Amino acid sequence: MADLRSTLAGISSPNPFWLASAPPTNSGYQVMRAFEAGWGGVVWKTLGTPIVNVSSRFAGLDYKAYKMLAMNNIELITDRPLEENLREIRECKNAFPDRAIVASLMEVCERQAWHELVKRVQEEAIDGFELNFGCPHGMSERGMGAAVGQHPDLIEAVTSYVKEVARVPVIVKLTPNITDVRVPARAAAAGGADAVSMINTINSLMGVDIESWDPIPSVNGKSSHGGYCGPAVKPIALNMVNDCARDPQVNLPISGIGGVEVWQDAVEFLLLGASNVQVCTAVMHHGFRIVDQLIDGLDNYLDGRGLASVEALVGAAKNRITTWENLDLNYQIVAEIDQATCIHCSKCYIACEDAAHQCIDRNVVDGTAILTVDQDHCVGCNLCMMVCPVDDCITMLRVDNGLPPESWKERSSRINV
Amino acid sequence: MHDFGPSIHRQLTDLEIKLEANRCLYCYDAPCMNACPTHIDVASFIAKIAQGNLKGSAHDILSANPMGASCARVCPTSELCEGACVYAKDDTPIRIGDLQRYAIDALMRSGEQLFSPGAPTGKKVAIVGGGPAGLSAARDLRVYGHAVTIYEMHDRLGGLNTFGIVPFRLANDVALWEADYVVQLGVDVETGVEVGVDISIDALLQNHDAVILACGMGGVPSLGIEGDDFAWDALDFIEHVKTGRRIGDLGDRVAVIGAGNTAIDALTCAKRLGAQRVTMYYRRGEEHMTAYDFEYAFAKDEGIEFRFYCAPVRVGRGEVTFVRTEVRDGKLVPIAGSEFTETVSAVISAIGQSRLEQTLKACGVETDDGVVRVDAALQTTRRGVFAAGDCIYAKGQREAMVVEAAEQGKLAARSVDAFVRSKAVA
Repeated sequence: MADLRSTLAGISSPNPFWLASAPPTNSGYQVMRAFEAGWGGVVWKTLGTPIVNVSSRFAGLDYKAYKMLAMNNIELITDRPLEENLREIRECKNAFPDRAIVASLMEVCERQAWHELVKRVQEEAIDGFELNFGCPHGMSERGMGAAVGQHPDLIEAVTSYVKEVARVPVIVKLTPNITDVRVPARAAAAGGADAVSMINTINSLMGVDIESWDPIPSVNGKSSHGGYCGPAVKPIALNMVNDCARDPQVNLPISGIGGVEVWQDAVEFLLLGASNVQVCTAVMHHGFRIVDQLIDGLDNYLDGRGLASVEALVGAAKNRITTWENLDLNYQIVAEIDQATCIHCSKCYIACEDAAHQCIDRNVVDGTAILTVDQDHCVGCNLCMMVCPVDDCITMLRVDNGLPPESWKERSSRINV
Repeated sequence: MHDFGPSIHRQLTDLEIKLEANRCLYCYDAPCMNACPTHIDVASFIAKIAQGNLKGSAHDILSANPMGASCARVCPTSELCEGACVYAKDDTPIRIGDLQRYAIDALMRSGEQLFSPGAPTGKKVAIVGGGPAGLSAARDLRVYGHAVTIYEMHDRLGGLNTFGIVPFRLANDVALWEADYVVQLGVDVETGVEVGVDISIDALLQNHDAVILACGMGGVPSLGIEGDDFAWDALDFIEHVKTGRRIGDLGDRVAVIGAGNTAIDALTCAKRLGAQRVTMYYRRGEEHMTAYDFEYAFAKDEGIEFRFYCAPVRVGRGEVTFVRTEVRDGKLVPIAGSEFTETVSAVISAIGQSRLEQTLKACGVETDDGVVRVDAALQTTRRGVFAAGDCIYAKGQREAMVVEAAEQGKLAARSVDAFVRSKAVA
């Protein structure tokens, strides 16, 4: 059993799996259930001046028969009084003192207002704050959430207001609805943040009902852009996490958020630079019980690789990401189709033929399509492997072309010389 | 009419359909399509189901196969499309037949006509026989714009679909809907007319630019043993069932002679009519049965009993005498002294189908062992007379199938179209 304990900016938890500030952390009842299930920490549903919500609020993106490849929401922050939330936070902390409870906060951009909120909340035994500079819908129209996260100067200012009075670590939660996530992350660092978390949800419009022409989700026939999340956003989140993890001007621990559903997702976030992960959509889809899958999968993975602790993963592959100009132009791979496991669906053939480089030969022998790769012309794009329904049927083989590694940067400077 | 119990085809739920349709890989140049005698673009019609485009799906099916509704019920899919599915190796082929039925059922409910007759060409074609081959040819000929008249000896169209397949496999409302869907395109139908008896082929040729023979086969041939007139002809038996005609009391103990798919239909039908013990007698072994494996399995599920290597020698009142057989030097021979007599309340013979030699002779087309001789374009030895369906089905191929007849109907229509158009030029 590997050591799954995790630390983010001094906030420790028995495992790296936290629940993100979202509907699953709306109440003490839910957080108690989450802790019973085994979650390492929670970021409580954002505290602030209670709001009024609309119905409906959520919408799912399905892919074929698979449900909720992604979802979006137009729910706002907590709709319950601060004192009620704080009482429940107290009860949860008393019941589960070893778990992390972080309070997500949202307030107008006024120093006094933030001071009052921070001071009141930290009268409870919370482990940290997460500043919600990310929600893209609703609250942003009132100058909060993503409206702050899209202005580095406001991020820096509000972070510094909070740091003036906070006695526990301060995490700044960033919006992905910007051009370069490193800029707001640097502003958070400049404001004194102890960590950043990302990504909050992405601006999105889930769709239109093509029968009624009502937008989705519909509020009496109308809608508003919502926050997009779930498995489909993971690649966007990984990119942003890694951008910040490699940026010397950010230089802060990162809590990774965005599409974590299975333990492999968490491993990827950690390898690319996150210290822990936060989960929401997967719980909204399957319930708190998924933490058992996450913990068990991660534990067996670490044991299988002979790694003693989860900390060994943090950032371990972050520097594998570089700029395109540094990639090796002489590295060559070609596709190979395993005839023993091929099911002759010809998906690889038509993909290569119509969308890649026409490098798969198809010969119908006794009614069965025999598919082979023209390896002399294969560019190693991966497409055939991606569309193949059979795992490991198509593999990419290294071609030894005898050439030394050479990047575009190296080649162009050589040519220019 | 007797209640024959539930259809062997359970209607899939919308959830099952969604999961199954989305499980399809949408293979390129898909093996299922190539395994279908009519080349239905299976991947396409399933993708359209998955995308909620049931109308487009039904059009994909019916444009390739006008008999798509009955084929979704009677096709031996495990031998054809589903057997060729890339998932078949793992015994989890896509349930293509069920999906096809779903799409066509939706069309049956909507009633929308997806086809329209072509611009009139002024050409007239006579089709002899309104079964799957004749209907299939009629549909395409109407789409080509030719005037079509079907001459059908029964009082209703559909051929074996209407009269020869048990109701719990193919209900009459489906067979008749399918025929009517073709007739809606403006097909003239003359029922109760037997060509060669009521009207001559010469008369047809005088009034039409071409004729398609799609008259199928005849009834079950005689057993050729003492007392064989006591035995039911299985096809006649099923026709009685399908048309609700009185069968009388079969009694508790029914013997069926033969081991093909019609035998299975007769066996299971007799069982569902209430006979206690229904037994199949076959002169060869289990491995020689011509019924499909899934049909055999279905019969077992229905509680049918099976006796192999016994041939009937005599039918008497309330009994049948059999002799045991064996294979000696590669030949099936009776075992001397092995006769045994079974007490039965009814005997049904399902030992195959005879050929309509008289009709074909009257039509003046040459035959080989009763099978109409045709060229690659399905033209008979008589100019302007084409043939399709069971009347050109030669023994030794796979079982005669509705889907094969439908394909031949299409082919014959295409050949006739070329023929009548070339006549116009000449």
